[in-house]
Amino acid sequence: MALNPMHQFEVYKIGPEINFGNINLSFTNASLFMLISATLVLSLLFFGTKKKSLIPSKIQLITEMSYTFVAKMINDTVGSNAKAFFPFIFTLFMFVLFCNMVGMLPYSFTVTSHIIVTFMLAAIVFVGVTIIGFVKHGIKYLELFVPKGVPIVLLPLIIIIEIISYLSRPVSLSVRLFANMMAGHTMLKVFGGFVISLGLLGGWLPLGFSVALTGLELLVAFLQAYVFAILTCIYLNDALNLHH
Amino acid sequence: MRSFYFALCVVWIVHANQAMSSEAGMPQLNTEYWVAQVFWLSVIFSVLYLIIWKIFLPRITYSIENRKSRLVNDLDQVQKLKEDSEKKLNEYNLIIEKSKKDAKKIIEDNQKKLDRDIENKKKKFNEEIEKELSAAENEIKDLKKSSISNINHIAEETTAEIIKQIVNTEVNKSSVSAIVNDITKKEMEKNT
Repeated sequence: MALNPMHQFEVYKIGPEINFGNINLSFTNASLFMLISATLVLSLLFFGTKKKSLIPSKIQLITEMSYTFVAKMINDTVGSNAKAFFPFIFTLFMFVLFCNMVGMLPYSFTVTSHIIVTFMLAAIVFVGVTIIGFVKHGIKYLELFVPKGVPIVLLPLIIIIEIISYLSRPVSLSVRLFANMMAGHTMLKVFGGFVISLGLLGGWLPLGFSVALTGLELLVAFLQAYVFAILTCIYLNDALNLHH
Repeated sequence: MRSFYFALCVVWIVHANQAMSSEAGMPQLNTEYWVAQVFWLSVIFSVLYLIIWKIFLPRITYSIENRKSRLVNDLDQVQKLKEDSEKKLNEYNLIIEKSKKDAKKIIEDNQKKLDRDIENKKKKFNEEIEKELSAAENEIKDLKKSSISNINHIAEETTAEIIKQIVNTEVNKSSVSAIVNDITKKEMEKNT
């Protein structure tokens, strides 16, 4: 049913079914759009770095601006000791941004509107940050759960709250992105449906809403990529600079 | 307008019903392709990460650093050129001042020389004029003298002629001249 606003999120396989043992690893429309987004990122970077001219062309300017944007974000939140993680955060930001933006095209598929995808990304960040924390500080990394200056009576409660908040990081990180994308696209679809069903007579109001929502969704697409990247930076900051 | 909102509500309810009725709510919670999604995400993301990390980021870094260092170099050069030009300007000003002084000195020297020349020429000229004047004066004196003697001569002859006419006799010439001379001398003394 094309009118169903949730229909756009359905995943179906493209091409032959690939089975690895018992596990289904088929290439799906979601995988296709991941591939498209990644290809777009790579082509932007390719054409942006093709001619390394002193006075940048427009596309070179875009790549260098995204570079400095992410670099500044890391520098402001983590500090200069996070240079090694710059490639990862840059990739994360660009990938999420392009998945969101590609999802804004009509008839495309929004990769980041799937909880499993965003959760996977968040899990990579969470596991990575935790490993970095333990490698850098050893067992002292657990001090993260013990804020300074808290009365001893309250300490057990605080530690439990801190641990829960730490463990819920991947959930909040992934659900934030997934819910934003899903809600936005569902709204767009619903209003689009109104335009059709109200026809020439009454369809103008929902059309106006649709246009406004598209603008808003473009903003959200950028903002959520930014939020995802900056939260990763903040978690990384906790792991690298252990001060509470 | 009210009927429009009513129509909107009706359409909304119909849509919602359709959404509800058409089987399972969120396709995101359908676990059929979860593993496939995770697999393909990991593959694509890792490849993307590796390519960006190893190939593209160094290029962008190079480009940005290149520009930065070029700018710094250019600014340095600008500073240096500025200093150089200031130095040159100072030198130029010094040269101009010096040449002005020289020119003034040359003018003064020439002025002095000219003044001296003029003075010399004037003196010489004056001397010449004086000489000419005295020569002319002498000439005039001579002429006067000679004219006086001529006059005497004419006077003697006239006197002699007059006496001859009156008395009808020859007169001694020397006595006539003595008288004329005597009179002219007296006249000259009266005049001078």
